[in-house]
Formats: sequence, C-alpha cells, structure tokens
Amino acid sequence: MSAPPPNDPNIGAPAVPDSLGTKTLEKAMPWAVILGMFVLWELICLVFNVPVFILPRPSVVTETLIRLWTPIMRHTTYTLWTTLIGFALAIVFGVALGVAVGAWRMVYNGLYPVLIGFNSVPKVALVPVLVIWFGFGPIPAVLTAFSISFFPIVVNVATGIATMEPELQDVLRSLGAKKHQILLKVGIPRSLPYFFASLKVAITLAFVGSVIAETVTGNRGVGYLMVDASSRFDAPLVFAGLIVLSFMGVGLYLVFAEIERRTTGWAHRGQEGNG
Amino acid sequence: MAFVSLDKVRLVYGAASSGTLAVQDASLSMERGEFVAVVGPSGCGKSTILKMVSGLLSPSAGLVAVEGQRVTQPRKDCGIAFQNPTLLPWRTTLDNILLSVEIAEEHSKSYRRDPKPYLDKAHELLATVGLTGFENKFPWQLSGGMQQRASLCRALIHQPQLLLLDEPFAALDAFTREDLWQVLQNLYLTRKFTVILVTHDLREAAFLADTVYIMSKRPGRIVSSKRVEIQRPRRLDDCFKPEFTDMVHDLRARIAKELEAA
Ligand SMILES: Nc1ncnc2c1ncn2[C@@H]1O[C@H](COP(=O)(O)OP(=O)(O)O)[C@@H](O)[C@H]1O
Ligand SMILES: [Mg+2]
Repeated sequence: MSAPPPNDPNIGAPAVPDSLGTKTLEKAMPWAVILGMFVLWELICLVFNVPVFILPRPSVVTETLIRLWTPIMRHTTYTLWTTLIGFALAIVFGVALGVAVGAWRMVYNGLYPVLIGFNSVPKVALVPVLVIWFGFGPIPAVLTAFSISFFPIVVNVATGIATMEPELQDVLRSLGAKKHQILLKVGIPRSLPYFFASLKVAITLAFVGSVIAETVTGNRGVGYLMVDASSRFDAPLVFAGLIVLSFMGVGLYLVFAEIERRTTGWAHRGQEGNG
Repeated sequence: MAFVSLDKVRLVYGAASSGTLAVQDASLSMERGEFVAVVGPSGCGKSTILKMVSGLLSPSAGLVAVEGQRVTQPRKDCGIAFQNPTLLPWRTTLDNILLSVEIAEEHSKSYRRDPKPYLDKAHELLATVGLTGFENKFPWQLSGGMQQRASLCRALIHQPQLLLLDEPFAALDAFTREDLWQVLQNLYLTRKFTVILVTHDLREAAFLADTVYIMSKRPGRIVSSKRVEIQRPRRLDDCFKPEFTDMVHDLRARIAKELEAA
C-alpha cells in the first residue's frame, strides 16, 4: 500500500509520463500562477494608469509592507493571539459538547435546535452586544472567533461518535461494555479524524471572526489597521493588511491540514483499503 | 434441559400498537454443543432472534432462556460476529481481538495484571484461522476474508459458551466462504461451543449445522426444522453428494412454500 492519501494534490491530476520535468512543473504551477497574477496586476495598473488610492500596484504595497513592517507585525501578532485563544476555547467547548451530543440522545434532542439557531445568527451581529458587555479590549474579538468556530467542531465530533456502526455497538454491549467504555474505546478514537478535519475549517473561521470583530471594535489588530488606513485613504496600507491576512489564513490552514494528515493517517488508508 | 430455548416469543419494534411485528410465536430449543442454523427469507426476523438470545433485545412477549434462566440483559458469555467485520481501523489485528478481553468484566482485570495468557490465546486462535503473521497488520491491510477471520477470533477470545453469527460470510466470494466454513467447523470441533448461525445460504446451513430451522415470512415464526445427519468433520466434497443436494433442495422447497403462503 504505497498509494498516496486522498488529499494528495496529485491525485486528480491526469496521468502523465513520469518524467522529472513534468513533476517539477506540477509543483511549481501554483507559485507560477500566483506570481503571474501579481505581474498582471502590476502591468494593468501601469498600462491603465490606475491611481494609487484606488488600486495600488503590488510593488507599492510591498514597499509599504517593508516600510511599516514593525507596526504591521505588532497588529498581526495581536490578531494571531485573539484568533488562537478563541480557537482554543472553541476546541475545549466544541469537543465537550460534541461528545455529549454524539453520545447521549437526550442531549442531542435538547441541544440540537438551540445550536442550529445559534449558528444561524450572523456573528457580526454579536459584536455590538459583546462590546456593550466587554468594552473595546481583545475580549470581543476572542469571543467572536470562539462563537464562529466552535460549531463545526461540535458537529464533526458528534458525527464521528454518532455514526458508530450499530453492529459494533452490539458486539461491545454483548461483552457487557458500559456506555463510557464504548465511548472511550471506540467513540472518541473514531471521531478523531472528524475532529481534525474540522480544525482546518474552524481555524479559518476563527480568523474571520477575530478580524471582523477588530474592524468593528478594535484599537489593535490587522482588522483595525485596515479600517484605520481606509479612513485615511491609505490604500497601499489597506492592501498590505489584506496580503498579511491572506498569508496568515493560508498559513494557519496549512498547519492544521498537516496536523490532520499526521495524526489520522489510518482513517485515510482505511477508506482506500475498503474501497 | 435445553441450553437455549425460545417459547412463543414475540417481538414488536416501536410502539406495541403501531410498531413493526418482527417475530411472532417463535419457539425452538437447542442442546448445549449443538450447531443450529436459522434460515428464512430476508426481513423475516432472523437477526432479531439472535439479538433476543444475546439479550440485546427483550421479547415483547414469551420467554427466551439460556441455561434455564430467563435472559433479561446482555449475556456476557456470548460471542457475536456480523456480516460486517467492524474491526477498529486504528488497532492491529491482535489488538482488535484483545478488545473483547479489555472490555469483558471477567477478563479485563486479569488481562491488565498479566496479558501473557491472553496473548497466547490470541496467537493460538489466529493460528487456527490461518492469520499467523498478520498480528501486527491493520484491518485495511487485510482482505475481506481475513477481516472476517479476525472478527471470529474477537468473538471467541473470551471463550464464550455461545457463538452467535449473523450472516458472517454473506459478503465474501464463494471460495473464501467455503474456506471459512471449514475454519468455523474446525473451531467448533476443537472448542465445543454452541452456535446459532443465521444465514440465507442453504448450502452453508446444511454444511455446518446439526439442525436447520426454517422461518416464515415476517412476522417470523419457526415453521419447521431439519436434522443434518452427515458425519463430522464434514468435507467440501460432501456438498456434491446426492444426500446433501437432496437436503438443500428440500430446504429450498420449504422456504418457497413459505414465500407462497399468505
Ligand atoms: N430497529 C428496528 N426498528 C424497526 N424495525 C426493525 C428494526 N430492526 C428490524 N426491523 C424490522 O423487523 C423485521 C425483521 O428484521 P431482521 O430481524 O433484521 O430480519 P432478517 O435478519 O431476517 O433479515 C424487518 O421487517 C425489519 O424491517
Ligand atoms: Mg439480518
């Protein structure tokens, strides 16, 4: 079994002769596309003479990024922290609730409608409420990140536990297994791949949540930096913020995708092995 | 005294008035050490009967007894295997088999204190079913037949008196299935447990069982039974003897009659 895991980017690619050249080219493609986009952007701005306060050229943005590197990084670190704290809270509460909802029918019946209702509230609408309660510090951002990212964790953990094969439950119950034994030996291990899959989604959402909150409440953070720059028509700084945000978003996603790949390899191979 | 007995058992899924009547007036009785097969049309309540014998389900009416005692809760001296081998993908073959002794109360303490005897037992079982060398492989590295062999070992490691099999070989190809008939027969002959095998394969029932019970359409009743008088150990060649084919034809005719009735 040397087949690559399903999330291997090469899997959907057409079968080409295995020459070194095409392999390298395949790896280089995403970077080439990104670079090409920036070049195109630069050229369009130059050719059509687009004013800097509407769409600054990448070279101008880069120059701003370098010139204001220290303050931008200070805001970035701040945003990273509020995101991670909110995300950590989401993991703690999400897992606890997910296990409860997945394992006990009563909890499911009682909580599911509430959770759905809660999840359908646009989280931006929470920010003013959080400001009333917690003022303009980091807490509204942390709580927004938390509230937006914990739902997918709950749902995934609960799904992992609730979809246990009924035959397996019968086997275990006939051995005299107690509920907590079934949960510990089977339910929780089998929900791990679901949990780790949800982390990639949840971290991205947490990040969205904290930036949204910063744009409304903040006096710090990348969201605040961009709103502030925009109010001064400092387009290059706004775009610099945007670029930092996209790097951060992609970076966080990659970290958790890698954690998922390393921790639950058996799940991917299991699916392949059984077709 | 019968080892397992069902007396006018009835089972309704859901509410008594509006639910599904799955089993009605089912009666049978079997001796200790007997190998019983239950055959019948799909949906007639075969799995339901197994679940009642194991104590996973309680009958709505009638009596299910094992060793003369009414079954009221899951019996811990049963081993169960299903069509779906349901091995845990994050555990090796060996660890999957040991799951039973980690959980069963009579074994879990002594297993934790000294796993050695249980490891020996597991290796011995694995050898009997032909899985030596696969102890440390994961389920996704095993073929369907091998997974089913491991699932049988998991059902037997805690030395149950009663082995309950719910169409365990239904998803396997013909050659693997016949292979496993012999594996099961060997286990049965060496370990002397009692077996209830639910199947819709009449040749399988005739090859393995001492007594074949035939069920009617839902709501399932036991409508007739047939003794199989072929000497053990039975060999696959026996399946081509006229007595064997006659018996399978007879079983088929009885089920066909059940399907026509009503
Ligand atoms: N959990 C359940 N809830 C409601 N109906 C069920 C349930 N399990 C089985 N049944 C019904 O009971 C009947 C017998 O089921 P089962 O014992 O699984 O049949 P078999 O194993 O012979 O195919 C079927 O008609 C099935 O639809
Ligand atoms: Mg069935």
